[in-house]
Amino acid sequence: MAYQVPRPKLNFAEKIYLPSVIAGLKITLGHLWRMLRGKTHVCMQYPEEKWDSHLPPHYRGAPTLVSDEFGRTRCVACQLCEFICPPRAIRIKPGEIPTKDKFAKVEKFPEQFQIDMIRCIYCGLCEEVCPEQAIFLKKEYAITGTSRAAMMHQKEKLIEMGGIQPGVVNKWNEKK
Amino acid sequence: MSPILFWIFTALMLGFGAATLINRNPVASALSLVVSLLGLSALFFSLDAYFIGVIQILVYAGAVMVLFLFIIMLLDLKAEQRRQLSLPVLLGGAAVTALFVTQIVLVVRSFHAGNQSFPPLASKFDDASNIGNMLFSHYNLPFQVIGVLILVASIGVVVLSKRELN
Amino acid sequence: MNAILEFLHSDLFFMIWTTLAKSAGLLGVVLGMVSYTVYAERRVSSLMQDRLGPNRTGFPLSLLGFGIKDWSPILGGLGQPIADAVKLLLKEDFTPAYVKKFYYWIAPALGIAAAIISLAVIPFGSSIAGVPMVIANIGIGPLFIFAISSLGVYGIVLAGWSANSKYPFLGAIRSTSQLISYELALGLSVVPLFLIIGKLNLVEIVHYQVQNGWMLLPGITAGKLPTLSQIVCWIPILISFLVFTIAMFAETNRLPFDLPEAETELVGGYHTEYSSMKFALFFLGEYTAMITGSSLIITLFLGAWHFPGIPDGSMAGWPGVLWGLVNIGVFFTKVFAFLIFFIFIRWTLPRFRYDQLMKLGWIWLFEIALVNIFLTALIVAFVH
Repeated sequence: MAYQVPRPKLNFAEKIYLPSVIAGLKITLGHLWRMLRGKTHVCMQYPEEKWDSHLPPHYRGAPTLVSDEFGRTRCVACQLCEFICPPRAIRIKPGEIPTKDKFAKVEKFPEQFQIDMIRCIYCGLCEEVCPEQAIFLKKEYAITGTSRAAMMHQKEKLIEMGGIQPGVVNKWNEKK
Repeated sequence: MSPILFWIFTALMLGFGAATLINRNPVASALSLVVSLLGLSALFFSLDAYFIGVIQILVYAGAVMVLFLFIIMLLDLKAEQRRQLSLPVLLGGAAVTALFVTQIVLVVRSFHAGNQSFPPLASKFDDASNIGNMLFSHYNLPFQVIGVLILVASIGVVVLSKRELN
Repeated sequence: MNAILEFLHSDLFFMIWTTLAKSAGLLGVVLGMVSYTVYAERRVSSLMQDRLGPNRTGFPLSLLGFGIKDWSPILGGLGQPIADAVKLLLKEDFTPAYVKKFYYWIAPALGIAAAIISLAVIPFGSSIAGVPMVIANIGIGPLFIFAISSLGVYGIVLAGWSANSKYPFLGAIRSTSQLISYELALGLSVVPLFLIIGKLNLVEIVHYQVQNGWMLLPGITAGKLPTLSQIVCWIPILISFLVFTIAMFAETNRLPFDLPEAETELVGGYHTEYSSMKFALFFLGEYTAMITGSSLIITLFLGAWHFPGIPDGSMAGWPGVLWGLVNIGVFFTKVFAFLIFFIFIRWTLPRFRYDQLMKLGWIWLFEIALVNIFLTALIVAFVH
């Protein structure tokens, strides 16, 4: 048994549509008129006006690599972010830290670290999964480039974008 | 100028008329018929019979053939494309066509008005009002009868297309 | 040699080159108008929705040596149609693998051809230096437009069918039944007008309106008080105007009757599978049909190129030419005003349900148009 949609009974004015056409035109033309007189301010003129100051601290922009207060890139090349990344945008080539180094006990560092920003979907799973708090989604959102190579963020660019961010993971410090 | 156009449009009309029969794809057939009708109406235009020419397009090309196409597309006739012609069918068709053409030629030959040339029309010639005057004065009764016939037919269609007859 | 010179001075040659010039001019103006109607549509719709719309694409005047910084604040957005056209031309023209190629290619051309051909009989101006501003002055103008625009449905039907896909096919089927239904109301609704005027020729209809006032506003535009018969005739003319306008909306597939495209239900309707310039041709065809429709409404009901106080171009010498150009300007201004009305309606009303559409067409508009003919016939027999 098909369900019969209950239809309301219309009176004559509603049946000939024209009054409702005029009522609708009144609304839309009202909006048009207010807009033409400059009474409505809804839009933001994007490149000139930006919303950057309103962005919350947890805003998910472009992923970056951060450094600790000693200037060491926090990443230890565990490759968890590479595994978790849904669009497989991250490529890491781990390298070994030489024994004479100050941070020799960290053992590994990313020799190459690239994020394909054409693939990146800004999901934040890399930030979530990182045991070292080394990768953060910062507030940059206008990621553009004129070639595919320019959209491929390499390690240097990522570190530069990340900057220094003191965190709670301090297990590699000298004093411990 | 005008004889060249006459031959162009006649060729269009006859060529696409033949294509209507030859094409295996029903949609292509229907469209060929549309082009053929357009050629016919162009011939009417060249005779200064604008009204009849336009009605040709409006009624046949614009409404009837659209409905035909509509039905053909809904039916999706695949069987027609796969059908093979057999020799007896071909011969029979050719014979009927030949007979029909001979008949037409004989009739046209003996049709007196077809053999004489008419004086050219006046430059200001309002064919729509002429047709209207003719239909509603000289052929008024047949016109009314046809109107009633069409009314009966359309009421019949409405009645037949109702699902339940009480 | 002499024969050629004689031909160059003959009336036939004069007719040929003036007709070609008129056709080229009209086509240029109309296609330009189409692209700026699209721009107006985007701008007006966004203003109605408290947005701004395309307001940036200016003309790169700094490239041409003007010092001003691209004039973007002044000419903001006016370069958008040009940018759109370039984008559509340069886009990849993708043909899906399972389409019926021949019909897939021919459909967009059919759609736009029908819309452009029907422009031929519209009197878009009075006359310039004795040349009447109409490409083909034939005795059955409105019927010619109905006939040719009814051929436009082939473009849509073939597009939907040849795409070999469900949504385009549904769009094509809806379009066919819609166009056939509303063609009846469209044709019948203007019969009262022809009964009152007694002519089918669009040029003569315009001349009638120049002498007796516009069909819809007889008292205001004739410069004299309307006669009794004009007042009585005004009622059927108003009805016929309303029915004709509504049917025209349906014929041009505009909202509230844009069921063949219906983005929310059918993706894009019949042009779902089209891309690049083939899609743009459908777009052009649709807007050209809108312009043809508005021109017909303007010509039949609102006095075409006539505006009270402005003389026509029949004067000798330069004043005549100037007034002729002014008349053309008046005509296209009126058409553009009507196009803006089309746009207002589109962004105001929701889409009809399909059964509502058919009911409106067959039960309301068709019957109203039919009754209106009898009403007018009675009035003409007793009063006119």
